[in-house]
Amino acid sequence: MADHRETIDRGARRSVLAYLVTGVLVLLSMMIVGLLMRLEQAQYIALGPMWFYQLMTLHGAAMVGIAALSGAAIMCHFLWQYVDLSERIVVANLVLFLAGVVMISAGILEGGFHGGWTFLYPLPTTTVGAWGSTSAVLFLGGLLVIGVGFLLLHLDVARAVTARYGSLAGGLGWPHLFGRSESEPPPAAVVASTMVTIVNVIALVVGASILVMMLVNVYVPSFTVDPLLAKNMSYFFGHVFINATIYMAVIAVYEILPRYTRRPWKTNKVFLASWTASTVMVLFIYPHHLLMDFVMPKWMLIMGHVIGYLNTFPILVVTGYGGLMIVYRSGIRWDMASKLLFLSLLGWSAGAMPAFIDGTISVNYIMHNTMWVPGHFHTYLMMGLVSMVFGFMYYLGKSGRESGESAIDRIALWMFVLAGFGFTLTFLFSGKMSAARRYASHVPEWVPYDQLASFLAAMVIAAATVFLVRFLSRLRFATLDAARVTLVRGG
Amino acid sequence: MPHDSVWWVSVALMGFLAVVFAFVFAGSGEREADYAPLRDRAYRLRTRLFWALVLTLFPAMIYNLVDLPYDAPRSASVAPEVIEVVGRQWSWSLSDTEVTVGRPVEFRVTSADVNHGFGIYDANMRLLGQTQAMPGYTNTLRHTFEAPGTYRALCMEYCGIVHHSMVAELTVAAAQGE
Repeated sequence: MADHRETIDRGARRSVLAYLVTGVLVLLSMMIVGLLMRLEQAQYIALGPMWFYQLMTLHGAAMVGIAALSGAAIMCHFLWQYVDLSERIVVANLVLFLAGVVMISAGILEGGFHGGWTFLYPLPTTTVGAWGSTSAVLFLGGLLVIGVGFLLLHLDVARAVTARYGSLAGGLGWPHLFGRSESEPPPAAVVASTMVTIVNVIALVVGASILVMMLVNVYVPSFTVDPLLAKNMSYFFGHVFINATIYMAVIAVYEILPRYTRRPWKTNKVFLASWTASTVMVLFIYPHHLLMDFVMPKWMLIMGHVIGYLNTFPILVVTGYGGLMIVYRSGIRWDMASKLLFLSLLGWSAGAMPAFIDGTISVNYIMHNTMWVPGHFHTYLMMGLVSMVFGFMYYLGKSGRESGESAIDRIALWMFVLAGFGFTLTFLFSGKMSAARRYASHVPEWVPYDQLASFLAAMVIAAATVFLVRFLSRLRFATLDAARVTLVRGG
Repeated sequence: MPHDSVWWVSVALMGFLAVVFAFVFAGSGEREADYAPLRDRAYRLRTRLFWALVLTLFPAMIYNLVDLPYDAPRSASVAPEVIEVVGRQWSWSLSDTEVTVGRPVEFRVTSADVNHGFGIYDANMRLLGQTQAMPGYTNTLRHTFEAPGTYRALCMEYCGIVHHSMVAELTVAAAQGE
């Protein structure tokens, strides 16, 4: 059980650092790719649609991948303190991830594949001469290889949690939630990891199934798949997998903020109930991606609409509020790590607002696949998840209580906050103006927002570069056991 | 326009959260040594917050289920004009491209190849409504145009290299006698 009074923090294993370094290097590269896309839409450069859609496919696939990798780094780092994970499996996941990245990159950059990261059947296998079947196989196969790696990782988490807590129900704290267990409930890191494992194992099997069906379709065109079934499977996998990345990364907040505030983040019944509810909701909310597929069973679409509203409760009332509770009048001495983790709760909560509104059927009718959608997911992924990852990195990079940060870090943080939220608001405003997403070229009415977004994106990249350089320069401290947390005022 | 309402409600909610976080950040400097009373007050406030959210969100959630785009209007007095729409890489085929103000139109939308999205834009490039165009399925989009002019149908689902140029035009004429 994590002790919030504990002052010595474990150093990171090399495998965790390998995840993080890979993650942030790809993150920065893909931020630059994202900037290129915005510059193209802003008409500042002329890549042409072929390159735009190739970069769009690369940006989407890589960002989802590194969000998962970075989230897994945080999960493994803290979970290792409670259960016995297999380091070989952790390393195997990274090896498979890198192999998948090579395959995907080759499929896109060499083979010209640009079917979108959501691989919506039958587009990837309907090439119209734009890309060859080998490119499609490389892309789909690369996703499959990465998925197999994460499936192995989650199965190992399931094994380790079961060995320590008796079952996955034990990892979720059900004996304490539904029974009268007198023992200490599992810590937040275990509860979150168990939830992610349950949903991701299901999602990865579904995702792998549709990928295999599409791979068969490439070689045996007479073997076809029902497009609506394929769409359900793709979005079920995609929704669960990307959401799970935040549920892994938020473990950094649960574990680190209490150390800064010297106040516990208790896994009480409200906490356990909210995570059990999130486990169910994240599995059943995905039809909100299909609200404009009118042939879907209406009850499923209404279910997506309803769960979209309910899903805000755990985010706002439990995690967001919990963070505010332990920080308020805590005497916390802020540094980059704690500020970024605190910011991440705002980013996640704020992003959930336009997200649940978009999940309203009547709103989706006029907002679906406009820039509103990347607006909300960039808010909770960039300002939420990425802030969690950078906060964790600053934390690991500390050699002791002194933050070792400079004015450049603080300027970079403010730049990240202001430009980051400005960037996501620009997306949302473009959506309000009905600008369609995934367009290589925008009509003149939409271009001014693209131009503003380009400047803001460049500022975000500058800030992220500072965070990355700082982390790499302090990598040697990250493996050390050290007292990283500054003492509270009056504590 | 509903677009404006969606924007302002979202900005207000996000702004409110930002203010709350700023308030807590500003109030974090001085430590209240005895956490238990503060925690108990915070738990009580959380209970009230929970019920405030229930009382706000649940009516909104139900209200927004009243008028869904999936069903034909119950009190339709005029027979709709039916337009068959087929999307294919990278063009739209519409059985008719001229409709009349005030007369309901039923777009029966499908695809000949990959997934597309059929989105109707007005002259100011505001999205009025949409549905997916999917091979093997027909989605029915119902819309009644309220003003004459030239409208555009854009593709709302990524479908390949010419996705952004997959546009059709629709002319809406004033009703006779107007």
